Amino acid sequence: MFERALTGSRRYWTWIFLLLAVIAVGFYSYLKQYSYGLGLTGMSRDVSWGLYIAQFTFLVGVAASAVMLVLPYYLHDFKKFGKMVILGEFLAIPSVIMSMLFIIVDMGQPLRVFNVILYPSPHSMMFWDMLVLFGYLVLNIIIGWTTLGAESKGSPTPAWVKPIIYLSIPWAVSIHTVTAFLYAGLPGRHLWLSAIMAARFLASAFAAGPSILILLCLLVRRVSKFDPDPGVGAIQSLVKIVTYAMIANVFFYMLELFTAFYSNIPEAKAPLKYLFAGLDGHTRLVPFMWTATILAFVGIGLLLFPSTRKNDKILPLALVAIIIANWIDKGMGLVIGGFIPNPFDRVTEYVITNIEIAVTLGVYAIGMLFITILYKVAISVREQKDR
Amino acid sequence: MSLNRRRFLRKAGMVTALGLGGTFVITGLRGKVEASEYETPQQGLVAKRWAMVVDMSKFKTKEDYNRVIEACHSVHNVPGLGNPKDEIKWIWNEDYEHAFTSQNNRYMKESVKNHPFIVLCNHCENPPCVRACPTEATFQRPDGIVDMDFHRCIGCRFCMAACPYGARSFNFRDPRPFIKEINPDFPTRTLGVVEKCNFCVERLEKGLMPACVEKSKGGLIFGDLDDPRSEVRKIVSSQYTIRRKPELGTQPSVYYLVGGGDLV
Repeated sequence: MFERALTGSRRYWTWIFLLLAVIAVGFYSYLKQYSYGLGLTGMSRDVSWGLYIAQFTFLVGVAASAVMLVLPYYLHDFKKFGKMVILGEFLAIPSVIMSMLFIIVDMGQPLRVFNVILYPSPHSMMFWDMLVLFGYLVLNIIIGWTTLGAESKGSPTPAWVKPIIYLSIPWAVSIHTVTAFLYAGLPGRHLWLSAIMAARFLASAFAAGPSILILLCLLVRRVSKFDPDPGVGAIQSLVKIVTYAMIANVFFYMLELFTAFYSNIPEAKAPLKYLFAGLDGHTRLVPFMWTATILAFVGIGLLLFPSTRKNDKILPLALVAIIIANWIDKGMGLVIGGFIPNPFDRVTEYVITNIEIAVTLGVYAIGMLFITILYKVAISVREQKDR
Repeated sequence: MSLNRRRFLRKAGMVTALGLGGTFVITGLRGKVEASEYETPQQGLVAKRWAMVVDMSKFKTKEDYNRVIEACHSVHNVPGLGNPKDEIKWIWNEDYEHAFTSQNNRYMKESVKNHPFIVLCNHCENPPCVRACPTEATFQRPDGIVDMDFHRCIGCRFCMAACPYGARSFNFRDPRPFIKEINPDFPTRTLGVVEKCNFCVERLEKGLMPACVEKSKGGLIFGDLDDPRSEVRKIVSSQYTIRRKPELGTQPSVYYLVGGGDLV
């Protein structure tokens, strides 16, 4: 099947080479970081995780969100998602790969990564996270490749894949739950020490992930002859999932605000104050958090009303608003805010460096390359079938 | 000879698997024999639960603080990087207001708020860092000391997020050029690993008290909390001591004796 990714239009190859160029820049920056150390990033003794771990967190959510297609389609026989489900699985694979790469680039001693397997430590959430992420990657590769392979040969999906598909449903929930447990089980980090952290993670994932998927579907429709939603309303169904997931996400956030501010516990309030109003004169994240807040409400508003939701021009904008809002919240605010103030109640801010941005873009380009290749294969199979 | 490719590969695979398994059994056995040669040495200082009392009445001048900090940092090859972003510290000063974040009141005089306290790793009885570490590079010894294997640490910094005391530092850059004078008896660290106070396990082994305790002129009292006759136990059980963030359930092993004299 892979050979289908090796033939393509001029436009296809231009895009591939563009991605390779970004990857090269990212890789070069990573080599610099590797030889000097993580001192080249904005991270410090006080804010010891930054952009990389935040991207990891965000992307695990995107990966998990494939379940929003898999579950209705396979468990409830929701036929509308039939053509889209493979695109969801093929978004999950690159997302897991990217999240793993973000862990690697964040490590001080990446060559020792296999120590995690060599000295398995079931008391560490990091150990479990590695297990479930790797498992999820394998599950999706098997499911995606087998179902599409059967389709390409014109044969029915082999029966042995079904149990694996069912297994992938709770597994998707597990990857984001365990990722939330990385944060939610730490004493003394009050922004993270919340019982609804996993629920918030899942809600934001099921809003941002399918939003990205819908945008990809709209793109696929434009650049190929394959239509993932040939007038059956699959996209509109998924939009409703996005809408309610985002509403749940905002609701959960407000629950956090209530608990922190009504209880009036200083440690619980401090990081939220830092994020939305600034602390001790430090306000670097404030504009971002308010941008996220406004985009979240605008996005929800546009998606709630049928007139705007069904408008081909407005829908993508609304989805972009949802994605950016979630990205700021999870891909910046959550991780950095967790470290501010530090255990001594002092504020050390985090300033992203160019190296960090270049490495991050490089990893995203690797992910997009995987998406492009997998989508190319899937689309070619579908185009051939439609003919 | 009807050995086709598929069958050949399968057989070759089986032979390889057996071969590897065999080596594992042999090295496994050999490993066990060797391990018995490395039992804990009987000389040296031993305890069931090491703990420290910081007697604040003994810390009067700047020199009292600097002496213990310098003693630790020089014996452990702690680099002086000179900027707070990359900073590595095992033991240092933090003022009362920030060391005991939940035990302030707004009427405190500036001199009380700013009074420096010695802070270091608390060697918690329930250490969140040990729980977080995915490779057991940070581990708890039977005597309660939370120690580290710098060669196993992968630099994920999960322990830094987990520690509620800010006791851990990460080598954001190569520390070696910044060590004033290298002590050949203790390892220097490499780029990309976490480090912290180890209650001088390497000195206890030789029968010596921790470097900071030795230089503290009685300001730092070190001993076995499990032993009712030890000085630390006597102080902790009969005098008023405080610990940092006791509400988190970590059970810190560093106690601060604040009633021993006037703070200001």
